[in-house]
Amino acid sequence: MSRGVGVSLQDVWIKFGDFVAVREANVDIQGGAFFSFLGPSGCGKTTILRSVSGFLDPSQGKIIIGGNDMAGIGPNKRPTALIFQNLALFPLMKVWENIAFSLEVKGVGTAARRKRADELLDMIALTGQGDKLPSELSGGQKQRVAIARALCAEPDVLLLDEPLSALDLKLRQHMRTELREIQQRVGITFIYITHDQSEALTMSDHVAVMKAGVIDQISDGQTIYDDPSTPFVASFVGENNVFRGKVKSIDGDKALISTNRSGDLLSRIPLSAKGTLGVGDDAMMFIRPEALSIAKDDAAANNHVTALVLNEEFEGQTFNVFLEGDGGKEMKMSLVNQGKARESAKGSSLTLEYAPDQAIVLPAGELASE
Amino acid sequence: MKSQNLVLKIFLGLYLAIFFSYLLGPLIIMGVTAFNSPGFPRAAPWECLTFEWFEVLSNDKRIMTGLKNSLIVGSGTVILSVVLGLAGALMLTQIYPKLRATFYTIVIAPILIPGVVLGISTLVFWDRLNIMLGLSGDSFLHNGIFLTILGQSTFIASYCMLVFLARLQRFDMGLTEAALDLGATNVQAFRKVLVPFLMPAIASAAVLAFLASFENYNTTTFTFGKYPTLTIELAQKVRYGINPSISALAFTIVVLTIFAAVTHEVTQRRKQLALASGATVSAIRGDGFLLPGFLRSNPAAIVLLVLSVGAVATVGFASTYSPDSCKVVVREQKRALQQKQIEKIKQQRLQQQRDKATKGPDIFGADKSKVAPQSGFATKSPGVGAFGNVFAPTNLDKTQPKPESKTESPGKGAFGNVFAPTNLNETGPKKP
Ligand SMILES: Nc1ncnc2c1ncn2[C@@H]1O[C@H](COP(=O)(O)OP(=O)(O)OP(=O)(O)O)[C@@H](O)[C@H]1O
Ligand SMILES: [Mg+2]
Repeated sequence: MSRGVGVSLQDVWIKFGDFVAVREANVDIQGGAFFSFLGPSGCGKTTILRSVSGFLDPSQGKIIIGGNDMAGIGPNKRPTALIFQNLALFPLMKVWENIAFSLEVKGVGTAARRKRADELLDMIALTGQGDKLPSELSGGQKQRVAIARALCAEPDVLLLDEPLSALDLKLRQHMRTELREIQQRVGITFIYITHDQSEALTMSDHVAVMKAGVIDQISDGQTIYDDPSTPFVASFVGENNVFRGKVKSIDGDKALISTNRSGDLLSRIPLSAKGTLGVGDDAMMFIRPEALSIAKDDAAANNHVTALVLNEEFEGQTFNVFLEGDGGKEMKMSLVNQGKARESAKGSSLTLEYAPDQAIVLPAGELASE
Repeated sequence: MKSQNLVLKIFLGLYLAIFFSYLLGPLIIMGVTAFNSPGFPRAAPWECLTFEWFEVLSNDKRIMTGLKNSLIVGSGTVILSVVLGLAGALMLTQIYPKLRATFYTIVIAPILIPGVVLGISTLVFWDRLNIMLGLSGDSFLHNGIFLTILGQSTFIASYCMLVFLARLQRFDMGLTEAALDLGATNVQAFRKVLVPFLMPAIASAAVLAFLASFENYNTTTFTFGKYPTLTIELAQKVRYGINPSISALAFTIVVLTIFAAVTHEVTQRRKQLALASGATVSAIRGDGFLLPGFLRSNPAAIVLLVLSVGAVATVGFASTYSPDSCKVVVREQKRALQQKQIEKIKQQRLQQQRDKATKGPDIFGADKSKVAPQSGFATKSPGVGAFGNVFAPTNLDKTQPKPESKTESPGKGAFGNVFAPTNLNETGPKKP
């Protein structure tokens, strides 16, 4: 099925003067995969993409596309097409000319170009709009034209730089499924950049999470969410309650953490932290809001936390409960909406519990800033 | 309140009137002189409507070759300056940023250097080079057209570069990258993406370059060699004496300029109109019964139409109209006037002689009141005799045009009457 070719970055460093924008990136992307780079603004995502498409050379390391080292090969000779963060449609060309630009530079005749452009216009549901100028299209339509223009070049690897960031929520969700469908249909490798974690998780086969030029973790979406390898990934992807403390004891894949404010709590040690975590080390423990629930009894236990309900928020499928634990520790709990009227617990003190399997502990490190 | 408003309005109107007469007055006066028959350009007194100055102009070989040289130099300068300016602007927007400020200063310097200096340095540089290469005096490097184009382009290219810079600053370099990414070569990306974007700037830079070249004198005056341009010819003409054919030339240039400006305005408005409502414009244009669409909402187009009709009418009129009869009448009138003046002066002389005769042959003259100013003037300009009485005090007297003017004016033959005393009536003698 896979027409796409693999891409790999081998020990890639990219520097602007003294500033290191990308540090020691090692990535292996399989042909035909949908691969995402996820990270906060300014972490070097665009920089990586530009080095793959050939607009800047890595200061060190190799970029290999389809088994070929790309060093010294210009952007117009690489089998990649980039969808720019700002789309970069040619403002003076009509929509169909934009789409067929890659054919024009190959010297294809007008009639053939028009025909191919019309096919692609059908595909992106813009039939009959080929004679407009880009400025006469809506944001979502421009987006689709940019995608069609890149696909028209028949690249082996399509690079997308936050192509949906300018769209409103509804259109973004629609375009997500559409992009995924297109990717499955044409079967080429997609490298997708986003700072929206749900976008990355829903669309991708694999996600690389970046922090200030460093790739923290590369995995499939579920692993990233359930088994983050660093405190940064744990706090950046999805929401998490963080408990700081020290490792008190270790028993197999479980550790007892003596937290600073919430007593001793039991937690699972994920694969990535196994062996690196020793008794007495500074640690961070993470419990997802949806892993918390109201305890059946108030007895003290190493999977119980007491807290005061500050606020409640109804969010459709979930209730979000904001609590304050001992020493002013803020926590969030998400309860599934069961369709029954719920008694407000605002102001009351609750004992919360969690399954120790759903809590993870990692060596202390940097968190994603809110 | 109301009266205050009125006063304000009057002042504003007055101010505008003064402003526009200051701006346009000289052009209008000059335009009028092109159609007046006297041999020296003047608007008043109006004598005869004539188109002969246009004919004189078209028969003036020097002006016409000057015009031709100007056009050649202009075209050459446009090409060279636009290319150099574009290259400079591209360098400035893409070069290593630390060098940008230095480079900018260097490239912009020719605008700040006086044109005279540029002219001299161009001449000296190529002359030296010519000698170094051991070429003869009439080699290509000494060619007036070649030197003038180079000399003018040194600073006109900088103007062009500024135009391009302004436009390039709004260019999204991402577009070039997008083109490259889609497989275009650098040349293709330049041609298909950057050049179309720069087209309006290229057009304005070309117009600017042509106008700057056409009107240039300072630099050209050193470099023209055997190919004087129009401005050089005009300057030389003024030195030797002018006739209204110069006004005719100026008038033609003014009309062409207005015509071009209005045409530009019309096309611009049409484009805007088309942009504002693409569909309706095409609908309007398709309608054969109404006034052409662009005329209805466009005063500039109407002006253009009137101008064209006026031009056609004038040319038609000029080919049939002959001012000869009018000229004859005016000549007769002048002759009659002169005759009268001669008579008057003769009588005055007679009167003087008669006075002298009655008072005796006293050299110092009893009539001191009359002699004093005369002798005073004579001491100040010892050359009076040589100039055939041109500077006789009577000449300064407005009410007494002198008869000698027609017969004795020393400059008349060679200088086309420019310095005929009648011309100087208002200002007094100037020649020495
Ligand atoms: N040409 C450049 N010269 C110097 N520094 C640069 C250059 N391009 C990017 N950087 C720096 O490199 C870092 C990474 O930039 P990059 O554009 O890759 O961020 P990003 O992850 O794409 O962010 P965003 O999500 O906001 O698009 C930033 O700190 C940026 O300031
Ligand atoms: Mg970016």
